Amino acid sequence: MTEQQPSQVPGGQEAEAASHASAEPAAGPAQAPEPDAAAAAGSVDARVPAQLTLREVDALTRPVTGLRSPLTPLQSAERARNFGSFYYMEHWLRQLRGYGWTVLMTAVGTPLVYLFAMGVGLATLVDANTDVSLDAGNGQAVPYLVFVAPALLATAAIMVASEENTYSVMSGFKWRKTYYGPNASPLQSQQLVNGHSMGVLARLLLTTGLYFLCLVLFGAVVEPTGWVMIFTAALAGMSFGLPLMAYSAGIEEDRGQFALVQRFIVMPLFLFSGTFFPLDAMPLLVRWIGWVSPLWHSTELGRVLSYGYAEPLWLTALHVAYLAVLCVVGWIFARRVYIRRLGK
Amino acid sequence: MPQTSLSHRLPQQAPAAVITARDVVKTYGDFNAVDGISFDVQPGESFGLLGPNGAGKSTTMRMIGGVSQRTAGELSIMGLDPDQHGPEVRAHLGVVPQQDNLDEELKVRDNLIVYGRYFGLPYSYLRPKADELLEFAQLTDKAKAKVDALSGGMKRRLTIARSLMNDPKVLLLDEPTTGLDPQARHILWDRLFRLKEAGVTLILTTHYMDEAEQLCDRLIVVDKGKIMAEGSPAALIREHSTREVLELRFGSERNTTVAPELGGIGERLETLPDRVLIYADDGEAALEQVSNRGLRPITSLVRRSSLEDVFLRLTGRSLID
Repeated sequence: MTEQQPSQVPGGQEAEAASHASAEPAAGPAQAPEPDAAAAAGSVDARVPAQLTLREVDALTRPVTGLRSPLTPLQSAERARNFGSFYYMEHWLRQLRGYGWTVLMTAVGTPLVYLFAMGVGLATLVDANTDVSLDAGNGQAVPYLVFVAPALLATAAIMVASEENTYSVMSGFKWRKTYYGPNASPLQSQQLVNGHSMGVLARLLLTTGLYFLCLVLFGAVVEPTGWVMIFTAALAGMSFGLPLMAYSAGIEEDRGQFALVQRFIVMPLFLFSGTFFPLDAMPLLVRWIGWVSPLWHSTELGRVLSYGYAEPLWLTALHVAYLAVLCVVGWIFARRVYIRRLGK
Repeated sequence: MPQTSLSHRLPQQAPAAVITARDVVKTYGDFNAVDGISFDVQPGESFGLLGPNGAGKSTTMRMIGGVSQRTAGELSIMGLDPDQHGPEVRAHLGVVPQQDNLDEELKVRDNLIVYGRYFGLPYSYLRPKADELLEFAQLTDKAKAKVDALSGGMKRRLTIARSLMNDPKVLLLDEPTTGLDPQARHILWDRLFRLKEAGVTLILTTHYMDEAEQLCDRLIVVDKGKIMAEGSPAALIREHSTREVLELRFGSERNTTVAPELGGIGERLETLPDRVLIYADDGEAALEQVSNRGLRPITSLVRRSSLEDVFLRLTGRSLID
């Protein structure tokens, strides 16, 4: 269009046509609607009678899909097979940016509120009460704030994971159906699981990282190994989040299940996982809640790392193994549910 | 690897069918949503699937789209079996689903870019491509708006723009204009027609007959998972209807009582609750015969036979059942 009828094209559109041409891959004339139709430019112009208005000329000659893809479909498919999970994670993180302010405020605000309440309020009471002994396992008592800090950190991770693996999963399948967009692309269902989980992991690490900084500021971490808690807490989030994701993906009708999860799973875990007092202080009847709870395992791990809580090495290994097994089992089930549901 | 050899073979395959379906069946439980349909789509063709709701159109589209696995039969898209080469098949296609599934949390332009990333395309291509397609979809002003802020027609155009991000040669459109007002439909038809001119193969489902007549070179009428008829709109009208239709209204009560007196006029007579249809090659002549018999309809209308007549004849009058 630039050569045949420059006088007919208004300046603005000419400039625009030129910018398209410059962005075009080198092969073929810029305005050819088909790469193989090298003569297309000529034939398109031949169709334009002189009496047409400028707008009509523009409509007839403007390439509809001018920019050619730099990849063939098979190259695209190969890239999607290799990196599809990361492409979906990119999308997920872009979504996150939409409510990035909330994410940051939650990540910083939550620890501040809890640490003031526990560290300044409750801790004063507990530490003053000599009957309560918070044994570090080596005969030395630890301040209450130090005791409770690893539990608060792991709780924050589990809260984020339960938020990201309930409503947003349901939204993808049902409310906004956002999974069905990528589902029609070369991505595979299981890559949505991977991408989503990697995105959640990124948010978890951001949350636990910031939380850890707050803990340090409040003097709630004793040992130099404490920073490893950033990862063990995130691991707790994943070990709770992945099975929850599989559960959420299987829900066809929203009948308030997520509120029930919040009330009857997340809350009891929060209260009975050795969070505010050692699990041993509980009667055996409810102690099992702690044993199955990823929160308890992560909290105990955190106590080992943060103030050198003494426990047998096999128990520490068991904590890690338990959390890892929950992740893997949750991931396998989530993949299965996604593949089944998106492939209907 | 079969892929590498295919990538060399595909360009020379141009005259071969883009889609070949042979006795394709899709079963949910013991219900055959698609019950043995066969068709071919040639490159550059506009191919329509017409049928009432629940006829199996969307299921067929999902199988062609390499998303839903078929229960039986043969299906090949660009020479590839979608059940084995899902990502490869989907990389060839642009898909406009029946229900918009844009990401409402992202801005308009970001929706396009994010989608293009799924095809492994670099940002250096995606950014100008997104701008180009926003212009094509007449959404340039809305590039930075949230999807929430768009009207139904704009969302539909954005969905079409999104389906073009990977520069596909084949576009699947599932009821592209359902729920849109007439202006929005005409804008969409114009955009689709331009794609067709640019050599893109269009496969669309619709239950708007005017849409099928506007856009489709060839179509199949599907009902209850089976193909009822196949051909170009004009050929289908020739085959299944007369050239013209005379519509007579005698008033709701009288239509059924008058109908027997109209016997022998035209080729075929159909009595509906609100009107009587006489299928005839010459509608005016038929009307003359009616008045010669001393019958005075309240209104009469002679019109050309349309695809709608074919459709309703083949799939049954929804008003009656």
